[in-house]
Amino acid sequence: MADLIEQRDKGLYCAVGDFWIDPWEPVEHAVITHAHSDHAKAGHRRYLTMADGVELLRLRLGSDITVRGAAYGEGIDINGVQVSLHPAGHMLGSAQVRVEHKGQVAGVSGDYKVRPDPTCPTFEPVPCNLFISEATFALPIYRWADSSEVFAEINAWWRGNQAVGKTSVLFTYALGKAQRVLAEIDNSIGPIFAHGALMRYEAAYTAAGVRQPPLTYCEASAVRAQNGAALVMAPPSALGTPWMRKLGKVSTAFASGWMTVRGRRRQRGVDRGFILSDHADWNGLIEAITATGAEKVLLTHGYSAALARWLREMKGIDAATLVTRYGDEDDDADGSPERAAS
Amino acid sequence: MRAFTELYMRLDATTKRTEKLTALESYFRSVAAEDAAWALYLFSGRRLIRAISRRRLRSWAAEAASLPGWLIDECYDNVGDLSETLSLIVPSDSEGCDASLSQVIAERIKPLPQLDEGEQRKLVMQTWRDFNAPQRFLFHKLISGSFRVGAAEKTVCQALANVAGIDAAVMAHRLMGKWEPTAADFERLCDQASAANDPSQPYPFYLASPLEAELESLGDIADWQVEWKWDGIRAQMIKRDGEVFLWSRGEEMINEQFPELVAAAKRLPDGTVLDGEVLAWEDGRPLPFHMLQRRLNRKRVEMMLFQDVPVVFMAYDVMEVEGADLRAYPQDKRRARLMQLTSEFDANLMTVSEPIDCESWGDVASCKQQAARNGTEGVMIKRRDSAYEVGRKKGNWWKFKRDPYTIDAVMTAAQRGHGKRATLYTDYTFGVWHGDELVTIAKAYSGLTGDEIREVDRFVRRHSTDRKGPVRLVKPELVFELAFEGIQPSERHKAGVALRFPRMARWRKDKPAKEADTLESVQALLAQVEARQ
Ligand SMILES: [Zn+2]
Ligand SMILES: [Zn+2]
Repeated sequence: MADLIEQRDKGLYCAVGDFWIDPWEPVEHAVITHAHSDHAKAGHRRYLTMADGVELLRLRLGSDITVRGAAYGEGIDINGVQVSLHPAGHMLGSAQVRVEHKGQVAGVSGDYKVRPDPTCPTFEPVPCNLFISEATFALPIYRWADSSEVFAEINAWWRGNQAVGKTSVLFTYALGKAQRVLAEIDNSIGPIFAHGALMRYEAAYTAAGVRQPPLTYCEASAVRAQNGAALVMAPPSALGTPWMRKLGKVSTAFASGWMTVRGRRRQRGVDRGFILSDHADWNGLIEAITATGAEKVLLTHGYSAALARWLREMKGIDAATLVTRYGDEDDDADGSPERAAS
Repeated sequence: MRAFTELYMRLDATTKRTEKLTALESYFRSVAAEDAAWALYLFSGRRLIRAISRRRLRSWAAEAASLPGWLIDECYDNVGDLSETLSLIVPSDSEGCDASLSQVIAERIKPLPQLDEGEQRKLVMQTWRDFNAPQRFLFHKLISGSFRVGAAEKTVCQALANVAGIDAAVMAHRLMGKWEPTAADFERLCDQASAANDPSQPYPFYLASPLEAELESLGDIADWQVEWKWDGIRAQMIKRDGEVFLWSRGEEMINEQFPELVAAAKRLPDGTVLDGEVLAWEDGRPLPFHMLQRRLNRKRVEMMLFQDVPVVFMAYDVMEVEGADLRAYPQDKRRARLMQLTSEFDANLMTVSEPIDCESWGDVASCKQQAARNGTEGVMIKRRDSAYEVGRKKGNWWKFKRDPYTIDAVMTAAQRGHGKRATLYTDYTFGVWHGDELVTIAKAYSGLTGDEIREVDRFVRRHSTDRKGPVRLVKPELVFELAFEGIQPSERHKAGVALRFPRMARWRKDKPAKEADTLESVQALLAQVEARQ
């Protein structure tokens, strides 16, 4: 029997319902798991996404797109196929897509993490027969510490910089990671400034009820006037640009799961690397995949081949790699979290 | 272990020498003498004996983490360093170990070679439970004899000299002597009282800058002295208190490698310091640099090599005469003193770099063109009335180098780099055509921009045809212009030649692989170069 969801040239396709999930080329009807650029492309006729993600999608793709927002768990009929969205825990509005037809259930994870995140509901396993999962960090070297530990380190780094009069510049992916950091960091330490690339999403987050500390647009003179007390949040693309030099004396840090590996940390040329990811780590992936009870698993992103082999050999699950255009190993070979974290 | 780990990470995180110095100084100041002594020992490139093979470590880690071997290889391929890979996969919730570096070495590292396999395994597994990931990483490096630190020995020496409040050259001299990683020896190394009159102390070298402007912009040629630019090792010959010290520019004492030069220099009067070049030299002509390298690589020179590769000290300046610092004197005056000092030496051991007669800048330009024929790198142009400066101060000494040799070669394989470049394919193998086959001609890893490296890296990942260990063979498609300083016959290389200092001068995106150079054309170049020397 054919799978409910299959790989086609334009992306993941449900033939019975005639709709696509996170397609990378323009289609008639697209279900979007979340607003990161490798999943949410412009040019589709109609979009369906989780309600909290609608505004983010508009900010990224234009206010003129035709988009329907759905609540988590809300049943939607598309050409006789039952479709529903479920929390993925990756970022605001991120969802797994559950597709059911004639007793067969397929799940598409999009990007996800299993640990809690104050900016969105926690991941919920969706029992299914076929599970299409991401595998960005699917190697056992990637095992995350509790985020409370990581934030204790970040807070200590910020305080330490204050003590020696250096502005703290923290690089994170502009959408998702940045707002999570803002929600969890101890904002009583000092004033927080943000690069323009981050500022544009703040209103959407606040409107969705996510707690965010007061944020000031980052003007160099205002930052310098704080004499090293301030934290500046910036996207990775700002690293090493003239913009940074204007900030005066700084200590730089990068927050990403890729910071686990020393070589990638050094490549980034920052003073500190904080291991903080919005993806599941090795254990999280295995936990999530086994919780679905799926008899067939297809893997996208990252180290999918290693995880597929492990699932086949150790768990006896029918697992294989899907070649997609989501950030795969080739694209993030330079350790670029801009692409890889999306 | 916490302080040491933090120091290691700080050194690792920065490329700035000043930050490395600060990190080292604050470490040396804050830890106990026995810990500082051990850190110094490790930072000086001295190794603990390799107690456990990497293979054994890998299999214990696989067992501790319940992971199949292939998955560990997969991780290793991603991380690029086995010690680090294993430190990341073994399960442990430890927040780290508080024992000091010397305690860790005494309790967990030194005993290892004496233990049987079962006891070793127990101790290693216990350490994995007690240490956090960065500590485990360093532990692996230490017990497998592969510890390296992100700070040059010179920087470590400078930091220690600063902490002790003595001159860096004195510290370098002391570090070269006998000392063990003990608190007592560390305190002796840092002793300020005995530092004052160390006779070995060299002057900082004055370094020439490459001339990029037109020769004519230097003004009247009569104001300048022109010499050949010798292709050897820049060195300082010191004779003080009856002892001779031969220092290389890397602040390394090279007495042991060149005992005949040291013996010859004993005839210099006390209180003499000469600047010059050590050259492989026969019948009044330089031998190729690779001959000299054979001498440099040996600490103790065997008789055979001694005769096979004769050497000379080619002096070109004098900084000290009869104990007086002459560096403020004009070049011409120093040159006159130099001639007096060296006139009675056997010219096969100690000689002076004679100025070349040049009446016009045109003469200088044609000298540069002849440089390859003389076995030199080009010419040096020195202002006649200039003092002997410190470091690379521009304006008085210029080097005017002949153009490098170049060939177009095809990339055939790639390997990941080290350290900062460990996740990228940055080290490449190149071939030239021999019939329909590509014969390896050189390996090179420098010369490309960061963007180009990333582009080549993507090419390698997408066009890999086979894998041999860490090396990926790639589709022979990319052509690079390789520049190099010399070419020499070699039996170790399949092509029969070896290139000196090959680097990528240009990515020839315009050139199809088929049009790259052939082995025949490279051999013709070798014949040409050999005929000249
Ligand atoms: Zn993604
Ligand atoms: Zn994403």
